[in-house]
Parts: sequence; C-alpha cells; structure tokens
Amino acid sequence: MDKRIPTLADAVVGIPDGATVMIGGFGGSGAPVELIHALIDRYLATGSPRNLTVINNNAGNGHVGIAAMIEQGMVGKMVCSFPRSADPRVFTEKYLAGEIELELVPQGTLAERIRAGGAGIPAFYTPTSYGTDLARGKPVAEFDGRPYVQERWLKADFALIKAELGDHYGNLTYRMAARNFSPLMAMAAARTVAQVTRAVAPGGIDPEHVVTPGIFVSGIVEVANPAQEEALNRADAVYPPARPQEVQA
Amino acid sequence: MTTKLTNAQIAWRAAQDIADGAYVNLGIGFPEMVARFQPPGRQAVFHTENGVLGFGEAPPAGEEDWDLINAGKKAITLKPGAAFFHHADSFAMVRGGHLDVAILGAYQVAQNGDLANWSTGPRGVPAVGGAMDLVHGAKRVAVVTDHVTKDGKPKLVESCTLPLTGVGSVTRIYTSLAVVDVQDGHFVLREKLPAISLDELQAVTGARLHLDGAAGDLIVPEL
Repeated sequence: MDKRIPTLADAVVGIPDGATVMIGGFGGSGAPVELIHALIDRYLATGSPRNLTVINNNAGNGHVGIAAMIEQGMVGKMVCSFPRSADPRVFTEKYLAGEIELELVPQGTLAERIRAGGAGIPAFYTPTSYGTDLARGKPVAEFDGRPYVQERWLKADFALIKAELGDHYGNLTYRMAARNFSPLMAMAAARTVAQVTRAVAPGGIDPEHVVTPGIFVSGIVEVANPAQEEALNRADAVYPPARPQEVQA
Repeated sequence: MTTKLTNAQIAWRAAQDIADGAYVNLGIGFPEMVARFQPPGRQAVFHTENGVLGFGEAPPAGEEDWDLINAGKKAITLKPGAAFFHHADSFAMVRGGHLDVAILGAYQVAQNGDLANWSTGPRGVPAVGGAMDLVHGAKRVAVVTDHVTKDGKPKLVESCTLPLTGVGSVTRIYTSLAVVDVQDGHFVLREKLPAISLDELQAVTGARLHLDGAAGDLIVPEL
C-alpha cells in the first residue's frame, strides 16, 4: 500500500462538476493553497470542475485560494460560518449579485455536522442557534427540560486538506492551529487528499503522534515549503498570476 | 469624577471576576482586552475556537507564524502548557460546559439574558462565526459593552429587537456605567459609578433595574 500521488494535478483529477468539496483551513491557517490552485489550473485548462459546493469556515480572502476559485466562477454554493475576511470582496460581490448561494452555519455546528458525517451519525441535537433565525425550519426537542435544535450531518465527495507529516499509509500530523477542521473533513469525505509538507515512510511518524489515522485518507501529495495564504495576501498575490502581456495591456 | 468608563476600564472590571486557573473564552475585538488585566497572582487559561488552549499575547511585528492565530485571525503566541486540538473538540469545550467563563460583546442584552451580537439586520452578507455556540455551555456568560449605543439608545433592554444570538444565556453585564446581573428574568444592579445617580442610570437603561440590597460603588483605576 502506497497512497502517495506524484503530482498536484493528479491529486485533483477525479473531482467532477457539481461535487461537494470540503476544504481545510481557518482563514489562511491550514489552507491547502497548492491543492486549490491545482484545481483552478485544471478548471482553466478543461472548464471543469464547476458548480462546486465548497465547505470551509470562511469564503475566501483576497484573490488566492478559495477566493480565487470563487472569482473564476467554479463555486455555486458556499457552506460556511463566517464569509467575511480582511478582503472579502470576491465572495461579497457574487453573493450580492445572486451568483453564489450561501448556507450559513454556526461554527461549532459546522464542525459537529462534519464530524457526524464522518462518524455515521445522520443527525444530532445542539443548544446552538435555538431561538434564532438560523434555527428556522429545524426540528426542536426538549431533553432534560432544555430545548435543542436538530442538525444534520455533512458529507462530501472530496476533501482537500493540508497536513505537516504524512506517511505512505496516509497517517497525518498537523502544524499548530492549522489542524482546525481538517481531521473532521478527512473523516467526512468519500475521498480525502492531503498535501503534506513532508512525506515519510511508514514508521516515520510515531504512532502516539498520529492525529488523522490513514484509514481516513485516500492520498497524499508532497508540497515542501507550502505557501501560507495570509503571507500571499499580505503580498497582494493573485491567482492565477497575471501573464506578462496582460500586465503590459 | 469618572462619569463613564473607557473600554480598558470595563475590561479591567470584568477581569477582576476571573479566578486563578479559570478556562476563559474572550470574544473577538473589545472582549480580548480583558486578557491584559488579569490580577497579579492569577493566571487564566485562554481558549480560542480554532483549536488552542493556553495562548498568550501577539508576537512582535515580523515574528508572526500564520499557522498560529486566534479566532480573529490575529497572530498569537503560546504559553508553556498550551494545547492544540481540532474544531469538534474545541466546540465540545464550549457547548459541553467545560469553559468557566465566556466574555462577549453585545448589540443588545435583554433582561431575561437574551443576547443579540451577531447581526444588525438583513442587509449585506450574514456572518455568524462561533457567536451562537459561545453563548451556550460556559458556566458563566458575561458581556462587556458600552451602556448605550453610539447614538445614545439603551443596550440593556426589555427584549432584543435585533436578531438573537442566543436565548436566556447572559448572566452578568459589565458596562461603561455599571455592573448588572441577569436574575430570574430581570436586571439586578450590583455596582454603579458613584458619580451618577440611580435615576440617571435608569434613564439610559431600557428595562427596570432592580436592587438586591444597596448597589456597590464601581471603582476602577485610571488605565
């Protein structure tokens, strides 16, 4: 068994039009920038995939990563808790123009829905959002005298995540707070691909330190020295970068 | 005499009620200031929704590591004994009653403890983040806020007119004029600035202030 994928292009080849894609990260921390940009490259070359439903905490920042996917017109719907950022213009303009759908989910409910999707739990009850606009239309039940709102699991066709170490079996570790949603998304997607900063042979990760066991991971692709979305945005990066003749024009 | 506390002074007052060793979540923005005023000899452990317990202040400019941020996406540092965890564990800490106190901002707080702090209405792009989770589960949910809005309207009200974040969850409100508890469906005045009268305070409060014995003096150092 060897889950290594040779190139980023190979890593995103199976994602079809209309797919639901979970993308790890909280803001720029943990955002799999290279995998996202490989997906954009594929779209620009082939016109596919489009009309994607993307699940992430946010809805992109600046003109790289998820914001660049939205800007290119690949995303039909965002499922997120906080579609604002330092520079949310790409999502905001499409949303206000009615060109992208939004399902707004409280952050903890988003995490638990994804966890439930990965754990085989179709629905659960949470106190979060009870009595608010975001509970509208959802079943409510009382347990031990207190009201709770029923929420459904979230699953996806694909998850694209960023990890620190990955071994050939798909066991993963993460770097600091870049972990956030990624271990949950790895469980909840039919196929999970992780870009890892360093690929190691089995045994290269102490079993005591494995955060995501390889059973939840379909493939890993090594991206040494990955870009950090926050750093790209601070440098006003745009993806895809403008070609020289466009700059002159 | 002081007729209105600054945000730093409100944060200082809120910090006095946090016990040594308490697990605390501070909302993004103004509530984050509470961390600066921990009384000497006490150390709280701060939680941030994106998966860190035990973080410290911001690093110097140029030394940020953007994998190490708080829920406001600002760079942070770690204290000895810090821990990382994924988002489902993070919100289990919130909803599961493991946090001792959450301190949040507010647009409005109602006398029954309802809080409105996530949306000012239907215009623009809605965004909720962790606000609706944070009002549930902490042993104490407190609010730090100016006593009135920028145009002078009460923020402590009979019932919220803005979209609710949560129902019946706030237990204490630290304002620029007073410390008010929510108890049995009404506001109970605990402390007020000595420079303002009870009538003056009631006039800028949108619901009846009840007394449970005499209100104490709200005395805060110059900061």
